[in-house]
Amino acid sequence: MELTTVWFILIAVLWIGYFVLEGFDFGVGMLLPVVGRSEAERRAMVTTLGPLWDGNEVWVLVAGGATFAAFPEWYATLFSGFYLPLFLILVALILRGVAFEYRSKRSDGSWRARWDAAIVFGSAVPALLWGVAFANIVRGVPLAEIDGNVEYDGGFFNLLNPFALLGGLTFVAIFMTHGAIFLSLKTSGTIRDRAHQVGIRTGAVAAVLAVAFLIWAQLAHTDKVWTWIPVLLAAVAWVGALVMHLKRSEGWAFTLSGVTIGLAVVALFGMLFPYVMPNINGGDPALTTTNASSTEYTLTIMTWVAVVFVPIVLGYQAWSYWVFRKRLSAEDIVDPEKGVLDEVPA
Amino acid sequence: MDVLDLARWQFAITTVYHFLFVPITLGLSWLVAGMQTAWVRTGNEKWLRATKFWGKIFLINFAMGVVTGIVQEFQFGMNWSDYSRFVGDIFGAPLAVEGLLAFFLESTFLGLWIFGWDRLPKGLHLATIWLASLGTMLSAYFILAANSWMQHPVGYELNPVTNRAELNDFGAVLTQNTAVVAFFHTMSASFMVAGSLVAGISIWLLVKDRGVDVARSSLKVGLITTLVASVFVVVSGDIDAKIMTEQQPMKMASAEALYETSQPADFSLLTIGTLDGSEEVFSITVPKLLSFLATGDWNGEVQGINNLNEEYALTYASTGLDNFAPNIPLTYWTFRLMMGVGMLAALYALWALWAYRGERRPRSVWAARIGILLPLLPLAAISFGWIFTEVGRQPWIVFGLMTTADGVSVVVGSASVWISMIGFTLLYAVLAVVEVGLIVRTVRQGPPEAVIDPFVDREADTPLTISY
Repeated sequence: MELTTVWFILIAVLWIGYFVLEGFDFGVGMLLPVVGRSEAERRAMVTTLGPLWDGNEVWVLVAGGATFAAFPEWYATLFSGFYLPLFLILVALILRGVAFEYRSKRSDGSWRARWDAAIVFGSAVPALLWGVAFANIVRGVPLAEIDGNVEYDGGFFNLLNPFALLGGLTFVAIFMTHGAIFLSLKTSGTIRDRAHQVGIRTGAVAAVLAVAFLIWAQLAHTDKVWTWIPVLLAAVAWVGALVMHLKRSEGWAFTLSGVTIGLAVVALFGMLFPYVMPNINGGDPALTTTNASSTEYTLTIMTWVAVVFVPIVLGYQAWSYWVFRKRLSAEDIVDPEKGVLDEVPA
Repeated sequence: MDVLDLARWQFAITTVYHFLFVPITLGLSWLVAGMQTAWVRTGNEKWLRATKFWGKIFLINFAMGVVTGIVQEFQFGMNWSDYSRFVGDIFGAPLAVEGLLAFFLESTFLGLWIFGWDRLPKGLHLATIWLASLGTMLSAYFILAANSWMQHPVGYELNPVTNRAELNDFGAVLTQNTAVVAFFHTMSASFMVAGSLVAGISIWLLVKDRGVDVARSSLKVGLITTLVASVFVVVSGDIDAKIMTEQQPMKMASAEALYETSQPADFSLLTIGTLDGSEEVFSITVPKLLSFLATGDWNGEVQGINNLNEEYALTYASTGLDNFAPNIPLTYWTFRLMMGVGMLAALYALWALWAYRGERRPRSVWAARIGILLPLLPLAAISFGWIFTEVGRQPWIVFGLMTTADGVSVVVGSASVWISMIGFTLLYAVLAVVEVGLIVRTVRQGPPEAVIDPFVDREADTPLTISY
């Protein structure tokens, strides 16, 4: 296999890792005010993410860095072209991360309310905009050749087309459900029950949106036949996830919703290949795995680094999930109103 | 302002801001790891309380470093896409490796450290903070290797067809002297920052008579760290200056605003001159010092800006530039302030080590109170140092290969950059207030009075001791 193809697959793997893991962070974040009715419940929810969210977020940094290293032209065209959405994603991720770390430091009600709003905003906006971005990439964007480089040639509003917006909403609904399933798996008591109920509803909505989105993508934005396979498998996995969720087989439900996300990314990347940024008008100029890639030498080094370290990372990250496998409940939170930095001597 | 200026301002704002948190993380992680190790080895509860106290400050700071770091990973592509195209084959690799080797390590093991107090065995829990610290240090190495390539490109060849720089020796990129020295210089300066932070806060605790036993021991740790680190800063800085003189002579000339090649060259401690720095009105100079700093020989020749400009106009004729000098007042002053402010910190640390020896305290309350400002000195010095390094490389974004003007994104309009710049600046300003507020609260609370050993009498059903 061509190294450029290997790296196309590896980039897809990194995005799968990101969406499967950060997807439930986004879901839990969006559901914070819905599922967490009391301070103790909200704190328990945030605590389920506490040891994990930062490691989950690294997947997007590595996806970005790996795109820079393996496909510089893709990185350059995509990041400069999708400037404002990426700016919004950055603002959202900054607010969300700080909010996780700071919200419970003080008991002050308005302090916590503001950080909770930041968590909701910081989770919903990236979920929506990553969906919009990926839908646009698959759909193709206006591209032009400027000074010998393939550049994005559309404005911000060009990105807000119906297909992309559907993609965004699909991501939101899927991640919300993924988060609800994660909460059902990781908590007990009222949070678990409420997350269970919410998951059923958002899961049904997500099913409709995702089917519409993937079929639209399959019919309008690719002529490949094989991508039907991951599309259909994703649908089956999602149904399985929801059935398991209904039966309260939470481990299976979570596994299957993760599989769904993975298969959906496989389908989207499959439709894209061999392009990394297709031209909406078809043909050239466009970026492909070969004209956007680094040299053979760089790809070879990067491949060795990935082959050695990705399994190690997966190993210790999985171990950290194992360490924090215990379910949490609102009752586990000692003195939920109290902030660790409350008492300040005069 | 045009897009180029805006993009440069944005990079300056977001990067300088990010790097206020990074050196604290780089140094403090090791100090906290050391304190926890001291507790595990001696069983002295004082060190556990110290670990908890400094750990809290470390984490408040770490969160800011993490979130502002995401911007760094993205903005090369957003604002500097032509740069990214040109260097991606080389610059992208250390960045990706940094993520894979360092970011995963630090984030995962820090999560385990924070929440693992009641889950992991004692030794394993201790290992998590060491691994997280190792992650932060690895991260520094890879990003400095990438930056050093911009200062002094090696291990590449230019592809005339694609007009891209292509990697042909990754080992050279990772091991060139510029990168190795930058790593030692940055790491030791970061230890100065963290040591001063610990010392400054400890002094404040002593003034307030709060957590005195923890403060006493921490003060010693902080001051000794600062002093030992300052020796490494000076040594690595001296080597760095000589490498820089060789690789980027214009930067050294700009550090002194030396217009004509001189042998020997003097070093001015301060100069009052015309605004563009080209004429001097008053100055205090140390004879021959610049020659020594730049070449190691008191009578060495140091090239001047005008002579270098003549030479570069021929060598780099294709750029069409006739001035290859950076902003001289900025390089001149940041270079001095870096050294001056850094030395001041080392001197205060030396004095404090003497003044607080044994159970003693300085007689003057004010001399002690000034100590709370100590952390600001190396933090300012390290910022000045980076501003000097990056401004001093101008007009190049990659020295000798690509000008900064050629690196900027062509499809991003000034409105977009204005929006993101104002957005980041406002957000960062608010977060700075929040972050400093939380650290001040932590300090005012002081170290915990008593901490129960989290590793004894653990039961499966005890409520969480750690939650968010």
